[in-house]
Amino acid sequence: MSRKLSYISTRALLISGGSLITESGEVQKGDLLIENGRIAAIDQIGKIPERGQTVLEARGLIVSPGFIDLHVHLREPGQSHKETIATGTAAAAVGGFTTVCPMPNTTPVNDSPEITRWMQQPQRRAAAKVHPIAAATISSNGERLTDFKALVEAGAVAVTDDGRPILGDSIMREALQAARELGIPVIQHAEDTRMSQGCTMHEGPTSFRLGLRGVKAEAEASIVARDIELAAETKARLHVAHLSTDAALKQVRQAREQGVQVTCEVTPHHLLLTDEEVGDYDTNCKMNPPLRAESDRQAMWDGLRDGSIDCIATDHAPHAAHEKDQEFERAPFGVTGLETALPIALMVAAGDPQLVVRWLSCNPASVMGWKDAGVLRVGASADITIFDPAEEWTFTASESKSKSKNSPFIGKRLRGRVQYTIVDGCVMWSL
Amino acid sequence: MISGENPRSRSQTFRRSIRSASLRKERFSHSARSLLDIESLSDSDIDSLLKEAGRFKVSPKKSPLVRRHVALLFYEASTRTRCSFELAAKSLGASTTLVSTTASSIEKGESLVDTGATLAAMGAECIVIRHPSSGAPHVLARHLTIPIVNAGDGMHEHPSQALLDCFTILQHRRSLQGLGLLLVGDIFHSRVARSNALLLTRLGAQVTFCGPPALLPDVAETIAPNVRITRDFDAALPTADVIMMLRVQKERLAGLQLSVDDYIRDYQLTSERLTLAPADALVMHPGPMVRGMELTSEVADSARSLVLEQVRNGVAVRRAILLRALGGHA
Repeated sequence: MSRKLSYISTRALLISGGSLITESGEVQKGDLLIENGRIAAIDQIGKIPERGQTVLEARGLIVSPGFIDLHVHLREPGQSHKETIATGTAAAAVGGFTTVCPMPNTTPVNDSPEITRWMQQPQRRAAAKVHPIAAATISSNGERLTDFKALVEAGAVAVTDDGRPILGDSIMREALQAARELGIPVIQHAEDTRMSQGCTMHEGPTSFRLGLRGVKAEAEASIVARDIELAAETKARLHVAHLSTDAALKQVRQAREQGVQVTCEVTPHHLLLTDEEVGDYDTNCKMNPPLRAESDRQAMWDGLRDGSIDCIATDHAPHAAHEKDQEFERAPFGVTGLETALPIALMVAAGDPQLVVRWLSCNPASVMGWKDAGVLRVGASADITIFDPAEEWTFTASESKSKSKNSPFIGKRLRGRVQYTIVDGCVMWSL
Repeated sequence: MISGENPRSRSQTFRRSIRSASLRKERFSHSARSLLDIESLSDSDIDSLLKEAGRFKVSPKKSPLVRRHVALLFYEASTRTRCSFELAAKSLGASTTLVSTTASSIEKGESLVDTGATLAAMGAECIVIRHPSSGAPHVLARHLTIPIVNAGDGMHEHPSQALLDCFTILQHRRSLQGLGLLLVGDIFHSRVARSNALLLTRLGAQVTFCGPPALLPDVAETIAPNVRITRDFDAALPTADVIMMLRVQKERLAGLQLSVDDYIRDYQLTSERLTLAPADALVMHPGPMVRGMELTSEVADSARSLVLEQVRNGVAVRRAILLRALGGHA
């Protein structure tokens, strides 16, 4: 039996006295009633009649629509020594995520309806909703498109060749056209891999000092520019994964002004850290795209705040300790991020919960075109995240629910913590 | 745009708190007797290593490291560095074990950490490592408690070479203060260039990197204060007290679409070109030299060339490094 079922309460749940983020994005004190996995009522404090519901006291806490992460690596099938769907979604629940979108770079690549369905089976024991993003091309090798229609029918919500960007113009054009027919976005990991051979970090003073080959910002911007052109031409939806450079952000801003349907996400680590953080070959600061220059970091920060960047996505990328404890150039790219996204978002939002909820819930839902998610509305699924924006805590490896501990934030003091994560009315995590 | 307090200031406070524990500031803990890179040596470390090397110019009569064990872990081909460390260790009485890529479990896919731990378990008290990957010595140092000596890691550093170069210069000049050092060639790929720039500028020298953009990116001058770059070899020679030529690989030039002829025309040190430098300028090369490429045989074999003296001093400097690592007394 899945963990989720074990949590189902036959009684209704009343979330009492919290600060609710309303449909219009305002903060308003109130009560929220959950019945049968859905939001049954939202009203002023004390207005919802007591009928023996379980009461969840939320005074002083923010009651938000559940967080949505459009970019995670859950490593199943095939790499369960790094993470499983069960452990990855357990970490998601700790971080307040009620929905996660696992990337297709599994083993084998999720390029089929069978794997897409397998990832969503109850046997995976997921603690959050799993909406797979399937491969855009077979084996993600950039040659032939997968069957988008069959993948969507199996539950895929978008397509991408994350980690192995689609470089060919004609195959990218075909992907955008096919995706438009189905109303799904094409997600691109924007990196011209022809420019980044052998590169393990951002090119700059730190890469020179460490004697590591660095990748230029242009490797990202050039693919973003090309993709925007194709998106404009095909009138399809393009979503740029983990944007990391000022140059690429400028392309996105310009395209949006011209009405191109392009959205983008940024990771917590690109908002907070720079290439200097690699320090003495810290492989927990090795990821792709790499930590960039301070000017890029500031641009990400400003872009998120001014709305040019739609949302935060963690790019949660677990790797086993023995894989990271290697020569920097040999260690795999990626850091975990699900459990630490909220405090970092709060930092960028200068503590404003409305912004945080926009970046972690409302906007990811609208990027995907999900009408029933990212909002607290009567009748909607009861996917709810309750957090304390002021609680200080230390993120430790021993308490992390992810199977892997490769985070640059291990041991760091953080502010803002998830108290309850509720999926379809079931409490999947409580502090 | 959202109004309210300046987000930057908030960000900076947080990032300061994040960084207060960052590796750059605090470095990971490792044996203080390690030699990982020039950056992590203190001024007094440098001073005492150079002094000790002076005492070790001749083979010591005593054997301060008798019954001590040094492992030489070489993942990359090497003649002078490997022999130099081996001779240095043996001349102090230590025993050495050589582990090289082609005759070990490295070929079977054993990780660097496991290989290091295995050597330590067998009684190695110090590992001298040469590795094609930048930062490999740091990986060992993070996981082992015994001192790790970097004998060259990727494009990163070659600290013992810089120390011996510095030692050699000091045999000919009283001090490095104000000295003009010209490093010419493939700076980008050179660990020798990085270590020398870091060490020599710290001791007061002015370092100029010289080479074409493909081998010398502009960012190179950020490595240390008092480092400049120039593309014009001839113009840089008149102020050069020391000219350090670096190896240039033909294959590398081809990969970067640089013509060998152009390179030789612009950057080869010839007798003719050497006349542009002060009459007492020293010519150095860390080896291996490619005669006819970065310098002519005539220059390599001239009285101005310190190439063999560098090699000789290398043994003395490495005696000092090993003694520091193993904590014996001379």
